[in-house]
Amino acid sequence: MQRSAALESVGRRSLAQRADPRVALADALLRCEDVADCAQVAVEYVVRHAGAREVLFALRVAEGDTARLVGVTAHGIEASRVSGLRADLDDQGDPLVRALLAGEPTELRMATGDGGSPRLRLAIPIPCQSGPERPPDALLVVSPPPKVGPELEWFIEAMGRELRRLVELERLRGAERLLARERALLKSVLAAVPDPVLLTDPEGRLVIANPRAESYLASQDDESEGRRRAVALNNMLLSASLSRGVIAGTEEVRRELPLVDPSDGSDRLFELMSTNIETPDGLGIVSVLRNVTDLQLAMLEVEENYRKLRTAEAAVRAERDRLDVIIDAAADPIVVSDANGAITLMNTPAERLFTAPESAPPDEVRRVRANDAHLSSHVANVFFAPGTRFRGELGLVDPKNGQPVPVEAISGTITSEHGELTAVVTVLHDRTEALEKARLYEQLERASKELEQKVHDATAELVRQNELLRRQQIELEQASNLKSQFLANMSHEFRTPLNAILGYTSMLLQGVSGALAPNQRRSLERVDSNGKHLLAIINDILDISRIEAGRMPVHLSTFEVPGLIREVLAEVEPLTLRSKLSVRHEIATKLPKVHSDRPKVKQILVNLLSNALKFTPRGSVTISVARHRSEHELWISVADTGIGIAENDQERIFGDFQQVDASPTRQYGGTGLGLAICRRLADVLGGRLKLVSRIGQGSTFTLVLPIKSRKK
Amino acid sequence: MTRPRTVLIVDDFEDNRAMYAEFLRYSGFEVIEASNGLEAIQKATSAVPDVIVMDLSLPVLDGWEATRRLKSDDRTRHVPVIALTGHALEGHSQGAREAGCDGFLAKPCLPETLLETIEKMLSRSGGGGSRPSVRSRVSKRVGGGA
Repeated sequence: MQRSAALESVGRRSLAQRADPRVALADALLRCEDVADCAQVAVEYVVRHAGAREVLFALRVAEGDTARLVGVTAHGIEASRVSGLRADLDDQGDPLVRALLAGEPTELRMATGDGGSPRLRLAIPIPCQSGPERPPDALLVVSPPPKVGPELEWFIEAMGRELRRLVELERLRGAERLLARERALLKSVLAAVPDPVLLTDPEGRLVIANPRAESYLASQDDESEGRRRAVALNNMLLSASLSRGVIAGTEEVRRELPLVDPSDGSDRLFELMSTNIETPDGLGIVSVLRNVTDLQLAMLEVEENYRKLRTAEAAVRAERDRLDVIIDAAADPIVVSDANGAITLMNTPAERLFTAPESAPPDEVRRVRANDAHLSSHVANVFFAPGTRFRGELGLVDPKNGQPVPVEAISGTITSEHGELTAVVTVLHDRTEALEKARLYEQLERASKELEQKVHDATAELVRQNELLRRQQIELEQASNLKSQFLANMSHEFRTPLNAILGYTSMLLQGVSGALAPNQRRSLERVDSNGKHLLAIINDILDISRIEAGRMPVHLSTFEVPGLIREVLAEVEPLTLRSKLSVRHEIATKLPKVHSDRPKVKQILVNLLSNALKFTPRGSVTISVARHRSEHELWISVADTGIGIAENDQERIFGDFQQVDASPTRQYGGTGLGLAICRRLADVLGGRLKLVSRIGQGSTFTLVLPIKSRKK
Repeated sequence: MTRPRTVLIVDDFEDNRAMYAEFLRYSGFEVIEASNGLEAIQKATSAVPDVIVMDLSLPVLDGWEATRRLKSDDRTRHVPVIALTGHALEGHSQGAREAGCDGFLAKPCLPETLLETIEKMLSRSGGGGSRPSVRSRVSKRVGGGA
């Protein structure tokens, strides 16, 4: 296409510049892009301006080591003949080769291809290069032969010049293609390298980089901010690393280079290898980066495992130390034997059985050996016994004194993780103590059983006794009831005649039967007095029997104590007047009301006051009422300055029919039942009667009365 | 003047009976005596005394029962009964009150004490020897039960 365009332009110019076709030729030749264009222009020019009918343009071409003359284009000749022309330049027999090498136009008489008569042709070699050593590069064969003259020479020279230019151009193009291919090859090789490979100038600027390197070190403006920053950071890191290498001046640099993976921001560790090279542009640095991140991780893992191993080892050591302590602390002998049965470890108690100092007497050494033999035999059994536990009884002896030491040996085996037996641990349990303990235990059990039997018997006896006591109590109660009933009846029987005695005496004294002589009256008064005394005794006996039979009725009411005291004082007034004693009362203020049996409290107080008046020859009698500290009790005391009661008599006077002087000639009257009744009554009211007395100084009887009495 | 007032003394122990009788006659009373419960009822219904002094422990018919019968008899119902007992045990006085006794005295009881009680009883029941007019009014209803 380009060729025909060139021809057309040649045509147009030849029309426009008919005056000189050489201008058109020169113009056409200048437009030629390659040798083929040039050949075409030459052929067409010869056909047009020299009237040629057959034209062939051949070119010297190097094919490997041989140079050939090859047909390029033609006019008036079959295309197959053109393309079939491939003459070896060493073949001197070939007329075309000879014509080419002749160096100047040569006439040729050659047969035509169609077998017609030979035609005369002119072979025109066109030298492309100066210098005779080099053959011309092209051959133009023209028929009929044009006229040889200055025009032809000009044509040859113009063509030669143009061909030279084009050949040179062709050569350059070939080199360029080669270069491009090599560059592409290099690029694909570089791209195929999985590691980033790059060439930088001394300033650290990227000259060549494979895609891997670009992914770390090159970015486009339209990429994300994060990626651009990562790339910038990587470039800085790389430059810094390379510049250090340059400064160090080492030929080859290997160092670690941490980079950031711009795609995900993760840290990567590379090993940087760089070498300075000479490039046409000056010094360059070729760097290869190897990703060692995984290697780093692997190394860290190895380090961690190593550390763990060390820790575990320390733990094992600590465990072993602890075990040593435990073994030594154990009271029972412990022996560790190795797989050969040799003792490797033992605690102190075991040493006493299985070792002897060098200075030991022969007997001790012998016993130690005997013990050792027993143990070895036991351990040997362990090796052949199934399971991990083995139990046996050994008759050892104490090496020091030869005393038998019966032991129970319990062995356990220790196996490695491969199942090999590595050690046997044997614990010896001294059975002396166990046997002794068993004996003691048996004794204890026997004693315990005996004791149990005794307790059982005692309990049964106790139950029997209780039953007996209960029966006795019932009998006693029955007897007591009978007694009370008897006394009640007796009292009735006493009263009936006493009623008549007292009645008649009273009547006589009143003069119902007439006036009485003074001595009669005196006698009757004694009858009266004794009768009344008898009645008092009977009444007291009845009271006691009623209390003891639990038939003393209690009538509770709430009353003021001061009023009661006044009543009591009024009741004993005749006695008071007769005694000529000073009778005082000391009554605390704010006394609480008392809930009790008023008549009985009065009875007690009258009795106490009567006694005080009776047994006090001179001085005073004081009745006082105070609330006791306990808050729940009222203390009513009757204190006198009388004869007092000796300490050993103080308990006795509360007994029935008791006075200190119990002789028939006693000085003081009374039934001797008063205090006995008072004490019983105080008891019935939930209180008690206290006595403080010193002989010759007086007595103080105190009624301790609960403020709130409950029926018994 | 009013006629002397009559006291029926019931006691099985003659000495006591005689002692009280002597003192009461001495004091101006007319005295009838009975030694057991049955006799006491007969004498009380026939003589209708102004007051009856009744010992409770009596043979044949005891004082409680005798009092009950007297108190359920229209003829004697109005006559005050003073129980007199040597039994000082709780329950005696209560039983006597339930039986219908109007007063209670424990032995030993001096004759002057008995006299005091009788005087008090008579002055309370209207004094004198006159019988209460209510007697005829209620006689038909109760009938002649002894």
